[in-house]
Amino acid sequence: MRSPDLTDRILPPAVIAIMLAALYLVFVRVPTDAFQGPVQRIFYVHMAMWLSTFTAFAIVGVASLLYLVKRTPHWDHLGRAAAELGLLFCTLGLATGSIWAKPIWNTWWTWDPRLTLTLILWMIYAAYLLLRSLANEPQQGATLAAILGVSGVVDLYLINRAVYWWRSIHPAVIVDRQGGTGLADPLMRATLIVTMLAFFLVFLWLLRLRLRAARLQDAVDDLRAELA
Amino acid sequence: MPTTARAPAALELQQVSKRYGRVVALDDVSCAVAAGEAVLLLGANGAGKTTLLRCAATLLRPSRGTVRIGGLDAATHGAAARRRLAVLGHESFLYPDLSAVENLTFYARLYRLRDGAARVATLIDRLGLQGWAHRPVRALSRGLQQRCALARVLLHEPALLLLDEPFTGLDVTAREQLCTVLGEVHRRGAAIVMSTHELAIGLTLCRRAIMLVGGRLGWDGSVAPGDAAALEDRLRGGRAQAVA
Amino acid sequence: MLAILLKDLRIELRTKETLAALLLLGLLILVVLSFAFDPMSPLREAAAPGVLWVAVVFAGTLGMNRSLLRERDNDCLQGLLLAPVDRGAIFLAKALANFLFMAAAQVVLVPLFVFFFNLPLVTTVTRLAPVVLLGLLGFAAVGTMFAAVSLRTRAREVMLPLLMLPLAAPLIIAGIQASTALLAGAPLAAVAHWLNLLAAFDAVFLVVGWLAFEYVVEE
Repeated sequence: MRSPDLTDRILPPAVIAIMLAALYLVFVRVPTDAFQGPVQRIFYVHMAMWLSTFTAFAIVGVASLLYLVKRTPHWDHLGRAAAELGLLFCTLGLATGSIWAKPIWNTWWTWDPRLTLTLILWMIYAAYLLLRSLANEPQQGATLAAILGVSGVVDLYLINRAVYWWRSIHPAVIVDRQGGTGLADPLMRATLIVTMLAFFLVFLWLLRLRLRAARLQDAVDDLRAELA
Repeated sequence: MPTTARAPAALELQQVSKRYGRVVALDDVSCAVAAGEAVLLLGANGAGKTTLLRCAATLLRPSRGTVRIGGLDAATHGAAARRRLAVLGHESFLYPDLSAVENLTFYARLYRLRDGAARVATLIDRLGLQGWAHRPVRALSRGLQQRCALARVLLHEPALLLLDEPFTGLDVTAREQLCTVLGEVHRRGAAIVMSTHELAIGLTLCRRAIMLVGGRLGWDGSVAPGDAAALEDRLRGGRAQAVA
Repeated sequence: MLAILLKDLRIELRTKETLAALLLLGLLILVVLSFAFDPMSPLREAAAPGVLWVAVVFAGTLGMNRSLLRERDNDCLQGLLLAPVDRGAIFLAKALANFLFMAAAQVVLVPLFVFFFNLPLVTTVTRLAPVVLLGLLGFAAVGTMFAAVSLRTRAREVMLPLLMLPLAAPLIIAGIQASTALLAGAPLAAVAHWLNLLAAFDAVFLVVGWLAFEYVVEE
């Protein structure tokens, strides 16, 4: 990371500031949606989760490939950190989605293509992390997980196509959620953008922290090995 | 045996290190085995002998450093390097459900030997496997399996033979036979790197010994058949050194 | 590469372990799933392709471990790795072997499936053949690769389905959808996009496996 001190000084207050702004907008300022009622407010958070999840997945893919090619621990740490955070945001995304769906459509789960895709993504993240912890040796675990990471990203397009075609065969029982961002009110749109930005910054911040923790852990282990 | 001054070393390690996460198995090991030389690899358990042999066999990729087999860089010319070497360890690398002949024919094909069938037949005769050649390998005793493994090793006439505790589990006759065959192979010009705890047997074959201590090169020098006791002392001392 | 393939086939002919496992497991799953459906209900026929693919997928997953586990006896995998053979070639040979085993198992399973679900034999087989073959090829590719990966973990048997199934999701979806359409009488052209997807999946994972196998197998 380039200038640790500068970014460290700017990032946390920036994140807090934007998050406060987002919370204010979501809960106070934005008008209640005419059709969906107050529950609709969770939609902003839900979409924000989505951005972070897919960014994390992209990072896992790239970091995995670079680890296989270059073999520096940095890429391995990045891949793992991104996977952990990705799993977190993915879980939150799926949870907020369900919470939103129940009052609106009276169902906890739909096989909406995007949802299914996200679910499969979640399983790949979980498998990635599980693979690491169950590997016979940590270094081998890093390599194996990297292979899974690359496979996952490469497969993503195929999964996407398959899931969309699958759901397009049966008439859509539920209105496609993408229609939701046809948000008429400009204030709603602004709220969405601010919330997405807020959570994305949280994601980046957590990513930095996690990377730093991993590097410190490595340093500790090195010292321990030297003393032994 | 006269060797041209320019003949590339059968095996060369340049600053080879191997780390498994936190554990350092090999630390900056550099050595060279000349063509046709027989070297004894010594060290306490865990000193890194097996790791070194596996790096030499291109089964492990070193974390740092280069491994050269007959002048070829193992990292870039892996397949060509592997053609020149063979490994004999505790496991026989033979498929238990196939017979010895089938196993050997398979390996002959794998190494793309033109006269595979003839070589298989010759080796079976030479190693006295005639009666057992067509039984599945799982039905053979350990000694016989080791003999089949030996046949597998000699099939492609390697220039470098890597042996990891080859005498384990063999009775006296089998050991003698293995020793004889290794002697023949050595006389024909193959280099041998052997790791074994049986110092007496090792010394009948090897004139040089390399000792690993805690993953590092501890000692590298010439030995004679009578040096067994002296080497054992060194090993014990070496272990004390590593602990302190 | 051919040598490895032939060797695997020969061992299999001798022991028939993998084939037996695939067949019996497949049969078991077909039967158990049949319990889920009332024999009279039309739901049964609609679910038929799904049942077949579930049987294929799960039996295949469990059977796939065997082929790689076999290399562990006497550490034969090391023997293979020591040979002057490209690692990727080892992968392709094993994947092809697995494909052939599964295809062989299907030769028995599909007729059984036809038998249990009361479908016309010849038309079903000819209609399903392209889908099943394409699907099995992709499955063999992913399976072989991740069987090798899971061999290096502590929870071998559990890891393989865990790793494979999410990635194989497009394969399963495509397989079932295409089978359903074909069994209902649609012409091949109608399911072309599914077949293309399957073919793409096969190509992708054969290449990924070919490139990545050496990383899995080295230390």
